[in-house]
Amino acid sequence: MTEFFAMGGYAVFLWPAYLVTLIAIVANVLIARRAHDGAKQEARRRFDLEDEGSTT
Amino acid sequence: MNWTWFHRLGSPPHIYRIAETLTPWLAWPAGLLIVAALYGGLVLAPPDYQQGEGFRILYVHAPSAWLAVMIYGVMASAAAVGLIWRMKVAHAVAASCAGVGAWFTAVSLLTGMLWGKPMWGTYWVWDPRLTAQLILLFLYLGYMGLRAGIDDLGRADKASAVLAIVGVINLPIIRYSVEWWNSIHQAPSVMKMDRPSMPFDMLAPLLMMLLGFTLYFAAVMLVRLRAEILRRERTASWIREVLR
Amino acid sequence: MTAIRTSTIGAVWLVLKRDLRLAVRRPAQLIQPLVFFAVVTLLFPLGYTPELGKLRAIAPGVLWVAALLASMLALESLFREDAADGTLEQFVVSGQPLVGLMAAKTLAHWLLTGLPLTLMAPVLGIALGVPVVAMPGILFALMLGTITLSLIGAVGAGLTLGARRGGVLLSLLTLPLAVPVLIFGARATELAILGESQMGPLYLLGALAVLGITLAPLAAAAAVRIGLE
Repeated sequence: MTEFFAMGGYAVFLWPAYLVTLIAIVANVLIARRAHDGAKQEARRRFDLEDEGSTT
Repeated sequence: MNWTWFHRLGSPPHIYRIAETLTPWLAWPAGLLIVAALYGGLVLAPPDYQQGEGFRILYVHAPSAWLAVMIYGVMASAAAVGLIWRMKVAHAVAASCAGVGAWFTAVSLLTGMLWGKPMWGTYWVWDPRLTAQLILLFLYLGYMGLRAGIDDLGRADKASAVLAIVGVINLPIIRYSVEWWNSIHQAPSVMKMDRPSMPFDMLAPLLMMLLGFTLYFAAVMLVRLRAEILRRERTASWIREVLR
Repeated sequence: MTAIRTSTIGAVWLVLKRDLRLAVRRPAQLIQPLVFFAVVTLLFPLGYTPELGKLRAIAPGVLWVAALLASMLALESLFREDAADGTLEQFVVSGQPLVGLMAAKTLAHWLLTGLPLTLMAPVLGIALGVPVVAMPGILFALMLGTITLSLIGAVGAGLTLGARRGGVLLSLLTLPLAVPVLIFGARATELAILGESQMGPLYLLGALAVLGITLAPLAAAAAVRIGLE
């Protein structure tokens, strides 16, 4: 097991590389999700305002 | 030839629904492929006779580099479609690509540096591919900067579309000039992992990772696209249905 | 009221003359990029070494980067004033092909900036230890390169019309696109300094210039139309 993590001595380069990639993958999912949720919220708000405006 | 399908793609509610349906069909296979490729690349593939275990960085470096370039191509194509056929949806697609593309260009640079250090002793090497990726990063940043700098959305769409097209035409010229520059000065070329000579159990995880990354990009882009469409379409009536 | 119809060539010539005349009235604005070129080039010995031998080695890179930056500086004013006083809009609605007018403005920019930079470079090269025999080579290379730089710059200037922080953005957009010019140009200069044949990179520079002349005015026209919407 430790042999696997040591990666023949390259561990200090290899794992950070994989980590950076993982961060990018996760970050982009989160960013995209947040953008979508934010846009949906904003749209709901705009509709609410519109509806309020039309009932006054 | 019936082009209705193409023009229907220009309709925001239509695209929105397609994006919604498609995303899980892209995301799940992407996840599986990436996990499988990780196992294949880290565990199953035999160590390289020259670079030992270190070559395994290839499995994240090469797909990132591939994404960086491919995404720029998609972005420029979408921008061109938007410009030529005046499809706002196409411009939204281009906008949805930029951030992801920039991220993965940065990843390809970082993983390239982490690969270069053990192999060539320094964190940075003016290898033609790394150099071209660096310039590509600036092309992305320029695109995003131009979008951010123009307040009117329609103008921002069109101006950044022209920029993307100019960039994509320039890209092969830049790559060629950088390779030429590199060969003149006989600097070491870092990232030579010739595909044909790679044994299958080394190659297979790489191909799986490439496919997985591509599907992943498509999924993420479609989520961003939905956000873009919602923002652009404001209070169009079809959105009420979507929000329910 | 009768309309005066001008041929396209006539219109191009008019725009060219106008730009040149306007620029000559403001010699200060004209000279600034050239002074900048000189200053940047001359900073390198101070920042590095007074040894001419060592400076000769970096001279190609220094001259070209400085020329690039000076060219960027001059691009700022390519469309700015015309956009501000409405002249650019007149160009768009004039009925004359905008591509031709963009080519005219780009040519004017090159005559006012690129060409002077080219002529200055061999002289500045002396300060960097460049041998006299290399000077014609430097002239050829910069002549071709600055043409392409003006062309690429015109596209960038059109795109950043009315964008916030347009000046910095312009540089950020144009510099990556100018990399091939820099690479081939610097190499051509280096070969000239070494006394070897420059033909390879010179042909490549020429090819870039031809590509630029064909495509850049088109892109610049599109950019200006978009910018004036």
